[in-house]
Amino acid sequence: MTPVLETRDVTRQFGAVKAADHVNVRVQEGQIVGIVGPNGSGKTTFVNIVTGHVKPALGQVLYRGRDVTGLSPPELTKLGIARSFQIPQLYVGLTLLENMLVALSIQSGDHWRFWQPLKTPARINEALRLLDQFGFRDNVDQKVSVLPEGGRKLLDVALSFALGPNLLLLDEPTSGVSAHEKFGVMDALVSVFRDSRITTVFVEHDMDIVARYAERVIVFADGSVLAEGPPDTVFRQAEVIRHVLGEGS
Amino acid sequence: MKLIRNRKTVVAVVVLLFFVAPFLPSWLLFLLTIAFAKGLVVLGVVLLLRADLVSFGQGLYYASGAYAVGIALRAGLPVYDALALVVLGVAATTVVAAILGLFIARYRGIFFGMLSTAFSMILYSLLVKLRWLSGGTDGIPVHATTFVGLEISADTVRLIQYYFVLGLATVAVVTTYRVTHSPLGYLMQAIRENEIRVEYMGASVRRAIYRNYVLAGALGGLGGALTAVTVGHISPDMSYWTVSGEFVFVALFGGIGSVFAPLFASVVFEFVRSYAIKISPYTWQMLLGGVLLVIVLVAPGGLWSLVERLRGAMTRRAPQTSKHVDIRAVTAEHS
Repeated sequence: MTPVLETRDVTRQFGAVKAADHVNVRVQEGQIVGIVGPNGSGKTTFVNIVTGHVKPALGQVLYRGRDVTGLSPPELTKLGIARSFQIPQLYVGLTLLENMLVALSIQSGDHWRFWQPLKTPARINEALRLLDQFGFRDNVDQKVSVLPEGGRKLLDVALSFALGPNLLLLDEPTSGVSAHEKFGVMDALVSVFRDSRITTVFVEHDMDIVARYAERVIVFADGSVLAEGPPDTVFRQAEVIRHVLGEGS
Repeated sequence: MKLIRNRKTVVAVVVLLFFVAPFLPSWLLFLLTIAFAKGLVVLGVVLLLRADLVSFGQGLYYASGAYAVGIALRAGLPVYDALALVVLGVAATTVVAAILGLFIARYRGIFFGMLSTAFSMILYSLLVKLRWLSGGTDGIPVHATTFVGLEISADTVRLIQYYFVLGLATVAVVTTYRVTHSPLGYLMQAIRENEIRVEYMGASVRRAIYRNYVLAGALGGLGGALTAVTVGHISPDMSYWTVSGEFVFVALFGGIGSVFAPLFASVVFEFVRSYAIKISPYTWQMLLGGVLLVIVLVAPGGLWSLVERLRGAMTRRAPQTSKHVDIRAVTAEHS
């Protein structure tokens, strides 16, 4: 079966730092994959390369077997690749509802329309339904600037989800979310993604989260893939323990 | 609910402006006519400001609209109705904006501002130098003999011109209102807030800015063409950078929260300027500057923020209105 996402020898260097060094990764349809690794190991660079933010110096990115290396973010988004951000990227001066409405208008290709209102009853209903799915119910008419960090992370993911992607890359979806809420947030996200059969790749620092939600783990170290496989097998490997979990563990 | 209330207010203001006109002295009619025409150029500037783009060269389109009319008449085009001339002016300007927009829509910030100034100054020097085409610094006299079929006479000219500009300005403002509330209008706000996110939602920022830029240019052309047929004379100064600067100034003076702000601000600005010149013919700029300074200090959000504060105060006085509802009303108004 053709993988949804495949990278072949993807390489990119920033100065003397090899942020991606011959990265070969395959992600199958419907999988939920966790990416772990110490700071500076190339996790975010990997996400940036796949989503067109950074161009690889070498290698190829294939999406459903098609070479998409070097395509721009809007082109990749239209093909069905969406991402969320480590630092939430939102329209903070607009309300939660308006953020979602903008996402929906772009998703349906209506964003060039200049004669119909953005706020049609149908689009508002759809936006409210999506916001509700992510737990936003009462405060949808408030500006995003009043949201706490955890809420912003969630809204960022919700906006990416609203684009109806086949492949969703989440860059640290639970950073900034308080420790006791993390599992609740991930439970909500993962159940939404499973229901919609979205292939999900998420970068995460918290090993408990990865062990619980990822079906496969990819471990990055120094810009290359150190290990990959099911969480329980991968986390037992000596090299992984030394790099990711720390020497003492 | 909000839309209907807005619509009622707009209709009331237009009706008032319509019926009060016959009782106004002709100098005041002329002042309002010019203020509305220039206010449309400012409206274009505001459209760009909503996407965080400052055009210091909107005089380019103001002059293009006027000169399309002037040059057509000079070349002997047998058209004498103001409406046809204005349509011609807007069409020509839209073409100019559609071409220049291809270059300008790539830039942001200071580069966008400087490039737009550069283009307007190129037009200025062309208008000064190409005497055979533009009449040089003497400019071109523009005589529209009918307005939408209505013959003008010395007694009626100001009133007819006023109604003509009021009508077209209303159409332009309502159109712009619709555009700002459309998906494209919100996309411009989204671009101001976060371009990265717009790109990662799958929309091309450059194409969005391009469309907005062309619309702003068309509004500038409309303002210029209306000025040409009402003032009756045009000159290269219309494309000079200080004129463009004034448009930006009036835009900030009025605020960017509403499509009505630019016209309101334009009227106030013309009043202040006229009285400043009357009160002190030699130091009027100082007087004008002083008034503007006060406005900026008292209402940094522009004149329109005072109108909204007033409206907010009126809602607060009404019973069972919680603070929460207030915030919602204000945020909705800004959209």
